[in-house]
Amino acid sequence: MATEENRQKVEMSRVVAWMTTCFLVLPILIVIPVSFTPKRYLSMPEGEWSLRHYDVLVSGGWLSSIGDSLLVAICSALLALAMGTLFAVGHWRLNNGVTRNLRLLLLLPMIVPPIVHAVAFYQAWSILDLLDTYLGLILVHTMKALPFVVLSVTASLVNLDPRLEQASRSLGASARQTLFYVLLPQVRPGMLAGGIFAFITSWDEIIVAIFITSRAVYTLPKRIWDGLFDNVDPAIAALGTIMIIITAIGLLIKDWYEKAQKT
Amino acid sequence: MQGEAGIASRSSPLGKDTAYWGMVLLPAVFLATLYLVPVVSVMVRSVTEPTLGLDNYAVILENKAIRNVLGKTVYICAVTTALTLLFGYATAYAMCRMPEREQRLMFFLVILSFWISVLIRTFAWIAVLQPQGLLNDILIGIGIIDRPLRLVRNDLGVIIGMVHYMLPYAILPLFANMKTIDPTLVPAARALGASPRKAFMTVFLPLSLPGLAGASILVLIFSSGFYITPALLGGGKVVMIAEYISVQMSETLKWGLATSLATVLMLVVLALTIAMSRYMDIGDTGKKA
Repeated sequence: MATEENRQKVEMSRVVAWMTTCFLVLPILIVIPVSFTPKRYLSMPEGEWSLRHYDVLVSGGWLSSIGDSLLVAICSALLALAMGTLFAVGHWRLNNGVTRNLRLLLLLPMIVPPIVHAVAFYQAWSILDLLDTYLGLILVHTMKALPFVVLSVTASLVNLDPRLEQASRSLGASARQTLFYVLLPQVRPGMLAGGIFAFITSWDEIIVAIFITSRAVYTLPKRIWDGLFDNVDPAIAALGTIMIIITAIGLLIKDWYEKAQKT
Repeated sequence: MQGEAGIASRSSPLGKDTAYWGMVLLPAVFLATLYLVPVVSVMVRSVTEPTLGLDNYAVILENKAIRNVLGKTVYICAVTTALTLLFGYATAYAMCRMPEREQRLMFFLVILSFWISVLIRTFAWIAVLQPQGLLNDILIGIGIIDRPLRLVRNDLGVIIGMVHYMLPYAILPLFANMKTIDPTLVPAARALGASPRKAFMTVFLPLSLPGLAGASILVLIFSSGFYITPALLGGGKVVMIAEYISVQMSETLKWGLATSLATVLMLVVLALTIAMSRYMDIGDTGKKA
C-alpha cells in the first residue's frame, strides 16, 4: 500500500517531467515544418511544401553573415582558449591568494548581465574607435568566452598530480617543455570542451553585437534579430532547422566520443 | 646545463615560478584593462553625468515610469523563477528515478533545447503563440475558442518564453545535485517507518536544498538581466529593466540614467552571486555535519 503510494508519486513526477520536456522541445521543432511553407509569411505548409526559404539562405545576405559569425567565433575562441588555458594552468600551479582573486576577475564576464556589457563596451569602444569593427567584436567575445575555458580546463586539472610537474622539471625538462609535453596533453579534453563552449558563446552572442556593430560587421544573430523585428521571416525557420540538425548531430557525436573514451 | 637549471630553480622558488606568474598575469591584465575599465566606467558615469552626485539614483527612486519597470522586472523574475523551479525540480526528480534509456533520452532532449539559440527559440514561440499562430489555429480548429487568445505582447508570453529558456538551467544543476544523494536513504527512511511524504520532506528535500538554492539563484540572475525574450515576446508592452536601459542608451540618449540602472542591475546580480556561493557552502557543511 505504502510502496504503491510511493510509486504513484514517482509516476506523477514522471508525467510532469515528460510534459516539461515536451514543452521544451515541441515548440522548437515547430520551426522545421514552418521552414517548408511555400508562403512568404510565417505559416504551416498545408499540403504544399517548398524549399524557397532555403534558397534565400544561400543567395541573400545570410551567407555573408554566416561568414562574419564564423570569423569572429573562430578568432575569439582561439584567443580565449590560449589565454584561458594559460591562466588555468598557472593558477593550478601557483594556487595562492592572488591567483584565486584573479580567477574571480576572469569569471566576472560570465556573471555580469549582457546589457551591462552592452553599455560598457559601447562607451569604451566609441572612445577606442572599435565600434563596428571585427577586432572590437572579437575582443568582447573573447572576454565573454574566457570564463568557460578557465572553468573547463580547471576541471580537467583537478585530478592531475602536482608532482607530475615536479617530476618533469627534475628530470631536466624546461618550464616550456613541461608545459607543452607534460601539462597540455593532460588538459586536452578540457581545452576541447572549453574551445567548443567559447565558439558557441561567440556564435550565439547577440546583445553586445546589437549595440556595438551595425553594417560593417553583421553577424548571424544580428541578422536574425533584425529579421524578427522587421517582419517575421520564414527564412529564420530554415536557418533554425539547419541549426537544430547541426546541434543534434553535435550532441550525438559528443555522446559517441564519450562512450568511446570510456571503453 | 639543464640539470643545473633544474637545481637552480629548485633553490630559488621565485625564478621557478616566473613562467607561471606570466601565464596568470597575461590574461588578467588583458581583462583588467579591456574589461574592468569599461565596466567600472559605467559606474563612474552613473554618478558624474549630467552632474556629479547621486541625482540619477534619486530619479530611479522617484520616477514613476522607472518604478513601474522595476516592479515589472521583479514580478516577471519571481513568477519565472517559481515556475522554472517547480517544473525543473519535478523533472530532475523523475529523471533520477527513470530507467537508464529513458533518462538518457530525456537528458538528450533537455540538452538539445539548452543549446538552441535563444533567437531561434523566441522565433519558435512567436510562431506558436501569435494571434494567427499554431496554438490559436489548433484551439479554434477543435472549437474550444472562437476568437484568438492574446498570448504574446503581454506578461503571459514573456513568462512562457523565459521559463522555456531557464528550464535547462534549473534541470541540469538539480539533476547533478540529486544524483549525488544516496539513493538508499529514502528507502531506509521508509523501512524505518516514515510515510512516503515524510521520507521525502525530511530526507530527500533537505539534501536537495543546496541544489535548489543554487538553481533558483542562477535562474534569478539570468532572468533579472534578460533582454531578448522580453523585447520580442513583450512587443514593447512588457518593458523590463534591460530593455529600458537599451532605450535610454540608444533612443533617448540619457546616459546618466542608463549607466545608473546598469549599475543597480550589476550590483543586484553580484549580490545574488555572493549569496549563491555562500548558500552553497553552508549547504555543503550542513551535509558533512
